Amino acid sequence: MNQTVEQVNQVIQQRYKAGFYTDIESDRVRAGLDEEIVAMISAKKNEPAWLLEWRLKAFHHWQTMREPNWAHLKVPAIDFQKIHYYAAPKQKNRPKSLDEVDPKLLETFDKLGVPLHERARLAGVAVDAVFDSVSVGTTFQKELKEAGVIFCSFSEAVQEHPELVREYLGSVVPFTDNYFAALNSAVFSDGSFVYIPAGTRCPMELSTYFRINARDTGQFERTLIIAEPGSEVSYLEGCTAPMRDENQLHAAVVELVARKKAKIKYSTVQNWYPGDENGKGGIYNFVTKRGDCREDDARISWTQVETGSAITWKYPSCILRGDRSAGEFYSVALTHNHQQADTGTKMIHLGKDTTSKIISKGISAGKSNNSYRGLVRIAKRAANARNYTQCDSLLIGKTCGAHTFPYIESANPTAKVEHEATTSRIGEDQLFYCRARGLDEEDAVAMIVDGFCKEVFKELPMEFAVEAKALLEISLEGAVG
Amino acid sequence: MLKINNLKVAVNGKEILKGLDLEVGPGELHAIMGPNGSGKSTLGYALAGRDGYDITDGSVEFEGQDLSELEPEERAAAGLFLAFQYPVEIPGVNNAYFLRAALNAQRKARGEEEVDSMTFLKTVRESIKTLKMDEGLLKRAVNEGFSGGEKKRNEIVQMAVLQPKLAILDETDSGLDIDALKLVAEGINGLRDGKRSFVVITHYQRLLDYLTPDRVHVLSDGRIVESGGKELSHRLEAEGYAFLEESAA
Repeated sequence: MNQTVEQVNQVIQQRYKAGFYTDIESDRVRAGLDEEIVAMISAKKNEPAWLLEWRLKAFHHWQTMREPNWAHLKVPAIDFQKIHYYAAPKQKNRPKSLDEVDPKLLETFDKLGVPLHERARLAGVAVDAVFDSVSVGTTFQKELKEAGVIFCSFSEAVQEHPELVREYLGSVVPFTDNYFAALNSAVFSDGSFVYIPAGTRCPMELSTYFRINARDTGQFERTLIIAEPGSEVSYLEGCTAPMRDENQLHAAVVELVARKKAKIKYSTVQNWYPGDENGKGGIYNFVTKRGDCREDDARISWTQVETGSAITWKYPSCILRGDRSAGEFYSVALTHNHQQADTGTKMIHLGKDTTSKIISKGISAGKSNNSYRGLVRIAKRAANARNYTQCDSLLIGKTCGAHTFPYIESANPTAKVEHEATTSRIGEDQLFYCRARGLDEEDAVAMIVDGFCKEVFKELPMEFAVEAKALLEISLEGAVG
Repeated sequence: MLKINNLKVAVNGKEILKGLDLEVGPGELHAIMGPNGSGKSTLGYALAGRDGYDITDGSVEFEGQDLSELEPEERAAAGLFLAFQYPVEIPGVNNAYFLRAALNAQRKARGEEEVDSMTFLKTVRESIKTLKMDEGLLKRAVNEGFSGGEKKRNEIVQMAVLQPKLAILDETDSGLDIDALKLVAEGINGLRDGKRSFVVITHYQRLLDYLTPDRVHVLSDGRIVESGGKELSHRLEAEGYAFLEESAA
């Protein structure tokens, strides 16, 4: 049995393929965080005064806060004064089109499987590529513009659509929300902005690819998606970073606003560098993601596949404000070696007849710790609210941990809340059964893990379901279902 | 086909098989009967190569090859099939997908071309029909939510598709009602082509009524203590295993 566990761990021990570093000159602010740095970032981005003011308020609020310690995580002390809060690849002039972008940058994204240049673009997917603190380019701008869709970097949105940014920024996640949201609000550098006009179904998948490259920097991106009444959008983000011995901080904020009958589907394939097998290095991933079903019949769906980061602290949530609005959360979180994940969701039912569904699959291997933490809150006026939660954990080996922390608060007697949870081990019997049928161990593990995650994978857009499978070392060689 | 010589197998340091001899020729069907705890399932697992079933002495040759040197998946590719007494559930993994992946893994290991999905589906559908199973089974997860009888019949479907040279059936008849038992027997008989060999491990005479074994062996305390023709199984049915103790005494 022990031998089997070891073999399984080796299978899980995937090589981190995105661990390379791009040698490019970088424009970086000095390390540390104070008012001057905040002002410097704002000035580099040529921001309006109201935004600088907002950043400074957030910074002052952050100074009064303490790091959260309620999660089931061991977080080494982070020295916030040692981090560089802004780094950007040096470019003589801001490129007006992708043709003007430094070929080294294009090559980097090429290597990551996210080609930006015309001839190799992902079919049917518009990509915004963020390198360290700035967006280097967005594909399919023209096609999207024709549909009335705005998809651009956050900095560009601040310049081109300040009224939209001002109206919605912080309206879902105020800077007072939590420690890392406050930090992000003070120093966020770039990210993506999406606006879908009323009655429009976005003609293609939108996707942002985040890449941390520079040393000792943090990445603090901000994403804002606004779906006007009756509109629909599917958005995906992917992320990688070079392999380094030092830990790097990533503290993002994502805000989604879905108005009447609007639908937002937000998928994440998170593959930040997880650290080596001894737990050295890796990204600290402290992210606040929240969607607001602001009006009736709105629908927000989160799907996440989390395989990277040394520490993950992340709870994509839905505020179900409108009547009959619906929230969904589908999650696969895989931890191995010394990785730690405390992840889950919050479903806040405020409107009548609101529904939410939570499907969480945790896979732990090595010496890792994997926790699901979920809150389902039914407000007094949320008559006939319904929630279904299913939370499964799969353990590989005997040195890892899986934990479940469900919180259910119901203030309305008509609410129906269901919670199911299972914990299982990849059985020696399952492995042997597969092998006795001719599958080698690696394929057998891949198949068992894939089966375990099926309900979540089927929620991902086709192209990314494939990537997610590959990420979980699922090589389905030569076989099609 | 299969040559077992003085096989000793230990599980958790405890010797279960204590010097077993068995020879199965091409096209033959051998039945192995014996009381609980005599080592019947251990024999199946040891032949298929399960971890923890350590061969401490003796030899097992399969078509002239030393089986102990092969991994379980290599044994499968070489043409050995074990129908499990308790088929294992694999949630979320589509049954047809699993079987095709297994078939292609075996073919690849043998340097053969993979089967295309049309040919594959045709083969599976035929087997499913023979065993009077619901085609919906193909879309379900491997053994998940199957009744006991469905699981056993699914093993026979797998066998029919994988077309092994030697099939070891570990108590495939237990838990089956008489109709299912007949179907399973039909499935096995349909695969008897004069070349393929079978080792049928069973508690009861019932299944053997439909199979006509070439040889019947009685396994007791890790050894084969009695071998004979079909009539031996009838004697066991009538007298139970008690006579073993008498003959041992």
